[in-house]
Amino acid sequence: MNIIVPIKQVPDLVEELEIDSSGKDLDREWLKFKVNEFDDHALEEALLLKEESGGTVTAIALDSNDIDKALYAAAAKGADKVVKVTGLDGNVSNHEAAKVLANAIGEMSPDLVLTGVQSVEDRDGQLGVLLAHYLKAPHISVVTGVSINGDSVTVNKEYGGGLVAEFEASTPIVLGIQAARETPRYVPVAKVRRAMRSTDMVEVAAGEAGVSAGTSISRMFKPEGGGSAEMLTGSTDDIANKLAEIIKSKI
Amino acid sequence: MSNNIFVIAEHIQGKVEDITYEMLGKAKGLAESSGGEVVAILLGSGVKDLAGDFAANKVLYVDDAQLAEFNPEAYCKTIESLVSQHTPRVVLVGNTSQGMDIAAGLSIACDMPLVAYASEVTLNSVTSQLYGGKMSVESNIDGDRFIASILAGSFSADAGKGSGATLEDAAAPDLSDLKIKFTKLIEPEGGDVDITQHEVLVSVGRGIQNEDNIPIVQALADKLGGALSSSRPIVDSKWLPKTRQVGKSGLKVKPKVYIAVGISGAPEHIEGMKDADCIIAINTDAKAPIFDYAHFGVTEDLFDVVPALVEKL
Repeated sequence: MNIIVPIKQVPDLVEELEIDSSGKDLDREWLKFKVNEFDDHALEEALLLKEESGGTVTAIALDSNDIDKALYAAAAKGADKVVKVTGLDGNVSNHEAAKVLANAIGEMSPDLVLTGVQSVEDRDGQLGVLLAHYLKAPHISVVTGVSINGDSVTVNKEYGGGLVAEFEASTPIVLGIQAARETPRYVPVAKVRRAMRSTDMVEVAAGEAGVSAGTSISRMFKPEGGGSAEMLTGSTDDIANKLAEIIKSKI
Repeated sequence: MSNNIFVIAEHIQGKVEDITYEMLGKAKGLAESSGGEVVAILLGSGVKDLAGDFAANKVLYVDDAQLAEFNPEAYCKTIESLVSQHTPRVVLVGNTSQGMDIAAGLSIACDMPLVAYASEVTLNSVTSQLYGGKMSVESNIDGDRFIASILAGSFSADAGKGSGATLEDAAAPDLSDLKIKFTKLIEPEGGDVDITQHEVLVSVGRGIQNEDNIPIVQALADKLGGALSSSRPIVDSKWLPKTRQVGKSGLKVKPKVYIAVGISGAPEHIEGMKDADCIIAINTDAKAPIFDYAHFGVTEDLFDVVPALVEKL
């Protein structure tokens, strides 16, 4: 199977998020970015499938800050090819990103396209489903298991409460991966450095997206919330005492 | 274009999901503003009886064997066909496992903008919860028509229950050549612990850092005679079994005491635990959304405060 995995960088939510002076976007200057965690799962599932059934894995990404490192990390983990789509600002709507990726991926005759099921920035919808429609391929989201049987795939889709639906599908198909069957593999920095020297990154020009999200951000703000929590302060010992009191009074 | 508000009803194993009623309730207000009607879209096989308590003006149902179980391809084709024919002003879809497979494709097929992760909707703007619930983002719509995918728990489900909707049968498009076939539903394996039955849950999130630290929180759960549950990343990392997951793709819980340890409180998690009687959150990030839902909050390092608490109990 020819497996394609689009990856992208998203703000690391461990960091404090601030709003920029326009009031419509994050202040991205000091933001730390990391690979979307679900994309890591998509890559892991792709590598597992390759190890079981053969084929090739290609990681593809729109050009953005630090994306080279993310692509080389994918190569270090076992991706056969890495492709960077250049000439488009990384901070575009998912409709635009999906269209441009579809233009590039369509040329690669994919059997499987595995995307992360979602990211923290999917204001105009999840990338994988958009990508599928531009590729005119079917899609299944929230996938927690894939196996290959000849030309078809068996796919597990998760609902609430752990209930799972099983589907049989022909390829090509786009799958939005919620979780790979194994924990995404870790790759040491030294191996990424080696991959940097030994991997030929293919660059393709983005071309025109010619689509838009059809909406614009009017305002970004921190959720007011209830701010309802009564914050417990003091020494660790004081806090532990207070917590113990509260818990004992409730049970 | 009509002024009608479409609601894509969701059901599974013969039961209508709460998100459907939440959207119907919201649609009523939108229809009053637009001067249109609330139309529920219901797909399935032998499914029209499910619409008995829908607060809608009309239920447009499609009865077809190919729609008996949710199938992303068959459902997309059918809903795209209905939306193209009837040109509603607004379509509300759940930001759920099923809805995720519908909304984005519908946006392209029917050339309607989509705003996802929506927690508030008016006729010309939609507010989304992005960045794990850490930011609210208000979007203006170019033009009049749009799709919003709604986060579960955003609106009251009771407001969407009623009676008197007119039932109208609609034809399915050609579903003879599907590339995706539904084969079966797999029930979750019974775990060692049923977290929905416990009065005390100690729930662990990403803040625990690695698998070796799990015993720290397990000790607290043991001391309280409760169970250890978790947010999604812990289960995706295989540190705890799926049966322990609280939230959208996990279980909904309502214990007497819910102690969230190192959980930031993404909307998907909040959905599963916000109805607990007493919520205690321990997280070093004072701005974590979990504190908006907790009754009591602690910003001390969990690695200090959890063992100290175990000592006191």
